[in-house]
Amino acid sequence: MTDLATNVSQPPAAGAAGRSLWATALMRLRRNKAAMASLVILLVYIFAGIFGPMLAPHDYARVYPDFVKVPASLEPYPRMDAVLPAAESTARRARLEARNIELDGNTLRLEATSRREIDPRVTRYFDRSDLFSNTHIVERSADGRSVLLESQVERYRFIFGTDANGRDLFARILISIRISLMIGALATGVALVIGVAYGATAGFLGGRIDNMMMRVVDILYALPFTFFAILLVVFFGRNVVLMFIAVGAVEWLDMARIVRGQTISLRRREFVQAAEALGVSAGGILRRHIIPNTLGPVIIYMTLLIPKVILLESFLSFLGLGVQEPLTSLGVLISEGARNMRAAPYMLLYPSLALTLLLFALNFLGDGLRDALDPKDR
Amino acid sequence: MLGYVVRRLLGAIPTLFLVVTASFFLMRVAPGGPFDRERALEAKVLENLNRVFHLDKPLWEQYLRYLGNLARGDLGPSFIYRDFSVQELLASGLPISMQLGGLALLVALVFGCVLGCIAALRQNSWVDYGVVAVATFGITVPNFVVAPLLSLVFGVWLAMLPAGGWGGGSPANLVLPVITLALPQIAIVARLIRGSMIEALRSDHVRTARAYGLPARMIVIVHALRAACLPVVSYLGPAAAALLTGSVVVETIFGLPGIGRYFVQGALNRDYTLVMGTVIIIAVFVVVFNLIVDLLYALLDPRVRYD
Repeated sequence: MTDLATNVSQPPAAGAAGRSLWATALMRLRRNKAAMASLVILLVYIFAGIFGPMLAPHDYARVYPDFVKVPASLEPYPRMDAVLPAAESTARRARLEARNIELDGNTLRLEATSRREIDPRVTRYFDRSDLFSNTHIVERSADGRSVLLESQVERYRFIFGTDANGRDLFARILISIRISLMIGALATGVALVIGVAYGATAGFLGGRIDNMMMRVVDILYALPFTFFAILLVVFFGRNVVLMFIAVGAVEWLDMARIVRGQTISLRRREFVQAAEALGVSAGGILRRHIIPNTLGPVIIYMTLLIPKVILLESFLSFLGLGVQEPLTSLGVLISEGARNMRAAPYMLLYPSLALTLLLFALNFLGDGLRDALDPKDR
Repeated sequence: MLGYVVRRLLGAIPTLFLVVTASFFLMRVAPGGPFDRERALEAKVLENLNRVFHLDKPLWEQYLRYLGNLARGDLGPSFIYRDFSVQELLASGLPISMQLGGLALLVALVFGCVLGCIAALRQNSWVDYGVVAVATFGITVPNFVVAPLLSLVFGVWLAMLPAGGWGGGSPANLVLPVITLALPQIAIVARLIRGSMIEALRSDHVRTARAYGLPARMIVIVHALRAACLPVVSYLGPAAAALLTGSVVVETIFGLPGIGRYFVQGALNRDYTLVMGTVIIIAVFVVVFNLIVDLLYALLDPRVRYD
């Protein structure tokens, strides 16, 4: 609490008398434990979304054909007891008869014979597998019909397991967090710009124009939402960026209503009338006086809009309308997990957990911000 | 009262007409057609198909023909579900969706009201916080997460209930879909009831009832709850319309033959008639439930009258 007091005592912008709205709001927010915890979680998510895909041990699109649907575990793959059979079957594929296979740490030694002369390029059969790398021939008999191969065993960790195509689920969750957050930010941004501009204009101009503009909003409200979203996807094709814009273009209606209401009440205030009397243009008054004063409710609504948008994107992706392969989003991962839940329940659990936690954090933060910014219970 | 209902229903006709017109042209403007395949059909076949379904006629003629059929109660044949008319598809799917939605609505009302009342009566106690936390959970977790998780836990791991399927509508098959549908509604109803109940308990008429010395249970159930129901009623109107017309997610995950899937599948495959049929059904439900909401308002709040 002490750092709180010092922070409040020296606000940079606020005058000597009292605290500014924002300083008060910040103070209230800091006291809200759920909101602060959500903020931390959200920061972790943002960090994971931006840097996670770079730091992850696997690429999100890299396919490991030998590790399809391996369950989540902390142990590295391949398991020790799986290496020898794998080496044997690889040798068989290379038309070699494996006679003596031994595993020494991460080095595999294999003695093999063949009825015909062995091509030195057989090592490629081993390197092609995900299990082995750097295979080379150590010894070769004089007739060329038996060789001693040495190969490095590659070991991978898949802490969240792999999906039905053998891609690392952890890396895929990280990239889908990036996609979800990007969609949340971009679509909300689009909704914000359209909604604020539309609502402020309608409220400021008033009269018949306001009536007409709000009638358009009412009509758009009446259309079934899924229908609208599907049509947008049909028109724009399955393009991620256009999806963001389409979702944002659907979600601006509430924003427009909120801003319009605020604008109507602001319009009658003295400072707006004074600006009008001084001859400031309508656009100038909107930009300089009206819009900055609507920010409080807009920010609150925005934080609650972000989870809504993320949910919407996940829903569309779940229906197969959203992000396309090899990119992925949490909705796609969840729908894949639902299809594979009997054989690989972890494929459903981890993405569901990731999405739920993100939505929780955003909702709690939004509620906290609303409580903090609501001037009614100051 | 009856006059009011008739007037409202007549007033809904232009609305429905607008919805039909808007969705008809929106569907047709969208690129692609119902007979687009990975491998294009032979030109002659496509031509014949288009002729049979009148797709070769100009758009306005198709529109007028559709309106004419609609006036006679004919929704036309489905394009993707061959050999089925849209009426047949809706007639087989709608009762299932309505059964699921109706049960979910009932569950949501009962549990939501009870939880909301308990929370409001014990405001700021741990019970209250518990209810609010559960409600936040119910609103936050999307149904496409809840449905597969329930199916996994109760259907696969515990093997207590069927993981999916309709099973002729047996009660065991209904449990999981109904829970999935009801959970978010329970949460929202509980939150609404809690908020309005806290207000209602402070209102004058409840104080008067207390002063009369009425028993506490009577005050809560008869006097406070009646006022507290109003926001729930206005929320549940559109929500009930949405619930009863089926959910794509729940029907897909649990493999149920309701009408929720038709909407998405129809729109994706440009099954024009099927989409139109579903849109009309949804619009009718919305109109009817808005009317029911208004009538219930008059019933619950004596200040509201329709003459």
